[in-house]
Amino acid sequence: MQIILNGQPRDCDAATTIARLLEQAGYAGRRVAVELNQEIVPRSRHDSQLLADGDRLEIVHAIGGG
Amino acid sequence: MNLKTTAPTDPLIIAGKSYGSRLLTGTGKYRDFDETRAASLAAGAEIVTVAIRRVNIGQDPSAPSLIDALPPGEFTLLPNTAGCYNAADAVRTCKLARELLDGHRLVKLEVLGDQKTLFPDVVETLKAAEALVADGFEVMVYTSDDPILARRLEEIGCVAVMPLAAPIGSGLGIQNRYNLLEIIENAKVPIIVDAGVGTASDAAIAMELGCDGVLMNTAIAGARDPVLMAHAMKLAIQAGRAAFKAGRIPRKRYASASSPIDGTIG
Repeated sequence: MQIILNGQPRDCDAATTIARLLEQAGYAGRRVAVELNQEIVPRSRHDSQLLADGDRLEIVHAIGGG
Repeated sequence: MNLKTTAPTDPLIIAGKSYGSRLLTGTGKYRDFDETRAASLAAGAEIVTVAIRRVNIGQDPSAPSLIDALPPGEFTLLPNTAGCYNAADAVRTCKLARELLDGHRLVKLEVLGDQKTLFPDVVETLKAAEALVADGFEVMVYTSDDPILARRLEEIGCVAVMPLAAPIGSGLGIQNRYNLLEIIENAKVPIIVDAGVGTASDAAIAMELGCDGVLMNTAIAGARDPVLMAHAMKLAIQAGRAAFKAGRIPRKRYASASSPIDGTIG
């Protein structure tokens, strides 16, 4: 299946959780926040939240800004 | 009377929390995180703004992060909504920041109107402020220098109102001192000049007017020596605050001798 991750299409296996995707992208244990289809997914739900075809996922962090 | 003894008795209070420093700094435009940290420390800043952005998928995720350089235990991070041009995006960004920073509620709301001026879109700013306050956020709001709008934002429940002195990053200094004065005199929440400061004297003028603090980024980060400029800004904020509290003399057109007139020879 395909999701949109940070605005870019990305193939991923069915039954992928957010935790699994973060691990694949190298962000396991990093300080990031996740939004799925414009709803925040709290860290406590990363292990259980499954992704579905067409999902729009945002992974963000803090950078320098004024 | 020295500043070491007066500073603890003159805290800046935002949303019930006391801060010893009235200089808030941004963290953008620095060469690297070491310089960001050094400048933040030289400024004596306790509140530092951060931006919320997508991670770069594919780049090294284990690279040092801004939050490693400015840990939340040491600084109060103030996530901003820079780059948002409508209320919905600003609210989304604040919710992401709250999740990112473990339930953190203090945010800097800015909803911009256009890329040339970066002036605030006040209609969208009001909408976003209402939504964020209703959702439990503590909103420090970037706004234009309109006293009526500042009052509306305070009535909505914003914890600080932050009018611009000049456009973001322009370094033009305090262009609107009578508007700022009107905003300050009417306010019950802290008024923090956000944007437009170019050098230390600008920061001192803002504080002499009675602003509760100044938030700046480019004036420090863009200086030839950012750490030295951060130090200069810290001193200017302290000097301006002390001068405001001391009460300046009135302006007079003609001279007034400082030495006694009686007893002169001749």
